[in-house]
Amino acid sequence: MLLLIPLLPLLGFLVNASFGRRVGKAAAAAIACGAMAGSFAVSLLAVWRLVVLPPASRAIVDQVFTWISSGDFTAGFALRLDPLSAVMILVVTGIGSLIHVYSTAYMHEESDAEYARYFSYLNLFAAFMLVLVLGANFLVMFVGWEGVGLCSYLLIGFWYQKQSASDAGKKAFIVNRIGDAGFLLGVLLAFKTFGTVDFQEIAPIAAAIRPETAFGTVSLITLLLFVGAAGKSAQIPLYIWLPDAMEGPTPVSALIHAATMVTAGVYMIGRNAVLFSHAPQTLAIVAAIGVATALMAGTIGLVQNDIKRVLAYSTVSQLGYMFLAMGVGAYSAGIFHLYTHAFFKALLFLGSGAVIHAMGGEQDLRRMGGLKNDLPITYRTFLVGALAIAGVPGLAGFFSKDEILFDTYARGHTLLWAVGMLTSLLTAIYMFRLVFLAFHGDPPAPRATAGAGHVAPSHAAPSHHAAHLHDAPPAMTWVLIALAAGSVLAGYVGVPPVFAGSNWFGRFLEPSFSGAVVHEIPESPSLEGTLMVVSTFVAMSGIGIGMYFFKNHPRAADAVAERFPGVRNLLLNKYYVDEMYDASIVQPIRIVSEDVLWKAVDVRVIDGAVNGVGETVGSLSERLRRMQSGSVRTYAASVFLGVVLILGYYLWR
Amino acid sequence: MITSTHYMFLSAALFMIGVIGVMVRRNIIIIFMSIELILNAVNINLVAFSAQLQNGIGQVFAIFVIAVAAAEAAVGLGIILAFYRNKETVNIDEMNLMRW
Amino acid sequence: MPPGISASDFYNILPELVLTSGALVVLIVDVLLPKERRGALAWVTLLAIGATLASLVPFRSTHVEVAQGLLAVDQFALFFKVVFLVAAAITVLMSVRYLEIEGASPGEYYFLILCATLGMMIMAGGIDLITIFIGLETMAVSFYILAGFIKPSHRSNEAAVKYFLLGAFSLGILLYGMSLMYGLSGTTNLRVMAAAFAGQETDARLVLAVILVVAGVGFKIAAVPFHMWAPDVYEGAPTPITAFLSVGSKAASFAMLIRIFLEGLPSMGHDWRLLFEALAIITMTVGNIAALTQSNVKRMLAYSSIAHAGYVLIGIVAGTSRGITATLVYLFIYAFMQLGAFAVIVGLRRADVAGEELKDFGGLHARNPFAAFAMLLFMLSLGGIPPTAGFMGKFWLFSAAIDAHYNWLAVIGVLNSAVSLYYYVRIVVFMYVKKEALGSEPATSPTLAVVLGVAVAATLVLGVYPRLLFELADASARTLGAAGVTTSLR
Repeated sequence: MLLLIPLLPLLGFLVNASFGRRVGKAAAAAIACGAMAGSFAVSLLAVWRLVVLPPASRAIVDQVFTWISSGDFTAGFALRLDPLSAVMILVVTGIGSLIHVYSTAYMHEESDAEYARYFSYLNLFAAFMLVLVLGANFLVMFVGWEGVGLCSYLLIGFWYQKQSASDAGKKAFIVNRIGDAGFLLGVLLAFKTFGTVDFQEIAPIAAAIRPETAFGTVSLITLLLFVGAAGKSAQIPLYIWLPDAMEGPTPVSALIHAATMVTAGVYMIGRNAVLFSHAPQTLAIVAAIGVATALMAGTIGLVQNDIKRVLAYSTVSQLGYMFLAMGVGAYSAGIFHLYTHAFFKALLFLGSGAVIHAMGGEQDLRRMGGLKNDLPITYRTFLVGALAIAGVPGLAGFFSKDEILFDTYARGHTLLWAVGMLTSLLTAIYMFRLVFLAFHGDPPAPRATAGAGHVAPSHAAPSHHAAHLHDAPPAMTWVLIALAAGSVLAGYVGVPPVFAGSNWFGRFLEPSFSGAVVHEIPESPSLEGTLMVVSTFVAMSGIGIGMYFFKNHPRAADAVAERFPGVRNLLLNKYYVDEMYDASIVQPIRIVSEDVLWKAVDVRVIDGAVNGVGETVGSLSERLRRMQSGSVRTYAASVFLGVVLILGYYLWR
Repeated sequence: MITSTHYMFLSAALFMIGVIGVMVRRNIIIIFMSIELILNAVNINLVAFSAQLQNGIGQVFAIFVIAVAAAEAAVGLGIILAFYRNKETVNIDEMNLMRW
Repeated sequence: MPPGISASDFYNILPELVLTSGALVVLIVDVLLPKERRGALAWVTLLAIGATLASLVPFRSTHVEVAQGLLAVDQFALFFKVVFLVAAAITVLMSVRYLEIEGASPGEYYFLILCATLGMMIMAGGIDLITIFIGLETMAVSFYILAGFIKPSHRSNEAAVKYFLLGAFSLGILLYGMSLMYGLSGTTNLRVMAAAFAGQETDARLVLAVILVVAGVGFKIAAVPFHMWAPDVYEGAPTPITAFLSVGSKAASFAMLIRIFLEGLPSMGHDWRLLFEALAIITMTVGNIAALTQSNVKRMLAYSSIAHAGYVLIGIVAGTSRGITATLVYLFIYAFMQLGAFAVIVGLRRADVAGEELKDFGGLHARNPFAAFAMLLFMLSLGGIPPTAGFMGKFWLFSAAIDAHYNWLAVIGVLNSAVSLYYYVRIVVFMYVKKEALGSEPATSPTLAVVLGVAVAATLVLGVYPRLLFELADASARTLGAAGVTTSLR
């Protein structure tokens, strides 16, 4: 039965890839959505069968066939459903189905062939993603791992006419190669160390050894695996592909680059929690990189003007949170955040898609404003998403983020907690900057030319006049409403004890992490309560700051490129803060967030490194090419030179 | 007394002459003759060793090398002829349609 | 009957005899058939290959030496013979259309393909330097002619001259090394030689012999820095011949390499392992990096094939039975993906279009979905993406390297396959994402469709169900060495 879950989308892919262009849009969409919905239904059924089992034996294994068998080594093509993968398949198929439905309307302006191509890729992606999360061993997981990467690559470059889109696809591909190489090496080393690649067999072996105090084999394995995770889940220094990946269609950004594929790295660490928990050194690195990524992406998100890029940096930042949770050993908290994040981030992306759709392809926040009245449903659902991600009590993001922060603090990582809190403040600010810039205030006067000079990706429609702005078609708005409901309610499966909840979600996941070294933390409702008050205060002040600058006093923040000098002016006028303060605090913040983190580190160092490596390899390739001069004599000399060099080595030795 | 070491020096010298010939000459025919020199160096080696070891295998090997070299020469000259018909040259440096 | 040769020896070389007779039949039928019906020769050739395959059946578990140790008939040879014959059959199927377009006469062409195959079979079975040399030359001389088979084509001409001159040159180097091996051991039989060298102090002349033989063999497998002939010859030779050259000749040369070094020079293992380790690293790296900027797909695949020689060398360096198994598995898998990729190029060849440039693949997805899908699969497989066969092969090679404590070799291999994906996926992007196309339908023919179908099926099935192949390769690797004792395996 488990096989059916990835098989249905795969069939959808096959049908749409072979006949899609001939059957018309309605049929192609019906096939794709039907496949996903069917997969969702089967997933629900499978999870139900899992839940009725007693907690200790909650695992369903589907041994499809023996894949490799050579000597003493066998690896099966096996799928395993346990609480962890159950959460993942529900997220993938559930949110995946919604995004498929949304896409039927969003992509409607494409030609029949393109439309079918889009849906076939989307289905194929879902199939691989499900293989990734259901795989019972590293090899099966790797099938999905590479498959989703390929689909992501194809979908980013979907609008290949745009140079930026094909560049972005290329960049995503190159960066992910680094990650995948690390992942594969980790798998090979794990195979050598444990003699198996099956998660369920590795776990007890790993559990039996003492956690490594020094950097040893297990640390190396986990570190290599984490390189893979960092590539796939866009962590420092491999995160740069994700913001550029926004060149793809918006539903793709929502599905692949927010809700599912980019969380694969987090999932993989959760899957190997036992292994990682025996490598405290790696975990420390994971936590540090996670929190650094969260902070850095959060700051960069503050100064972006492209609505999708703000959300992209926000995704990177939230993924950093998840890695923080994994790094401090709060595995179920990390997965909990993964699950709630899928709802509100998909909602935010799809909401931004509705805005972009309405604006005829416009993505620049500076050209938006006042959309609140024109797009009421989009506005309200978007607001719910923003409140959820900001961590307003009662919404999904509040529960999961607080669990991470509480677990971090309670395990004694005060510094990590403080940075996490700061990031939480930034999250609220940039989200509400986005909300206020896009939906509040006055529309920029010449909206008629809003889309001018901006190449709308295949939405070749002329820019809409303000009067023509309206909410998206029902297929899109209903999806937004459903996701908004999810963003409100999803957190209630994990209500912490402080609210008389029992964290059902955490207990449900427990069997998947059994064997992991966990530093038990005493239940401390008072501490948790205090921290919650703090973080609620932080979230509220973030929203307040956003409101102050971008709604009530928009002029203070008018010069968008000079965002932080605006802060400086304001502070100078209101509080008479002297130049010293300006030089010591404000300018450094501006410089750090805009000049250093974004323009220097992000654009120049990391981007530059990737491009630089690409260029170096390219020019090396060019040089090697020139060596191939076509002359037989040179070729003979090369053979002879080879012999002479080897001889020389022997003589010199 | 001439020992097998002497023969080895002779054949090594012949081998090097052949190798250098392949690398410095431009005429395809001369390059081909240089290759033949290399093969003859091999034959000298084989026969000298055969004599030294007092077993016949080396001579058998040498006869096979000679036979195969003859076959190769026949095929090679045919190929060079076909090339000459097309390009009207036997200068190796004018053979650079395919590079890079 | 000459002394030392018995009737059973003739029985044991039955497959070779069948193939030789088949080749002669092709020549005769060529003369008998009227010119316009000579296309039928392809079927005669296939029949000869089929008969040879069938004649291999009685030797499934034979393990003997023929004619006092000239040839070995064992599962190791059998494994390679199957690879050669399958590759030859696929090449013949690929050639039918190609020869029609080029207007070349099929008689000698098919005859030479069978001769080359015969040479390969002798190379795989040869456990004597003389036999190996004769097999090598039978193969090489056939390929010299085949590379230049399209006589009016300047490129084909040039490829033949280059291949011939450099091939003869490298043969000279190889033979010089072999002559030293003979002189130092007093025998040409590899197994006797291994015994003679065992425990003997390392002689400087023996080191020289090893270096020269490494260079000669390195040329045949196109290992850097002995590789430079390959891109030019691959580009200029007729496409089906390029395919056969890059698969059959390479596999045969690896068989020869394993025979010479593992069977004949185990005592020098430390030296040649070191050499091959270095060769593997630079071969992978140079092959992949040079392939990045190629725009001619044939040439790009030539560099890719160079890089693959580097991967395969990893298994030999590891030298364990798992390493040799991985080598055999990889060569088998490689045959299908590489032949398939070349078959797609043959399909793109039209009277007016070479069909070899990257841009010729633009929008292939829309023009011929099956060919595009097949090419996608071959590219992913060459790049080592699961669930294709190429992934299985690479996984086994790299894990063999790690198992034998060649960790860095595996690391470099993995990084290289990461780099290589870049140019493989570039073709995929051209096929699936770009639209600008020639507007012409790729030529399809039933024979080509069969080739693609077989290659696709093999690439998928061996990726999803590689068990049987692993078992066969494992059994073959274990028959290496005298009396089935894998003494030379670490």
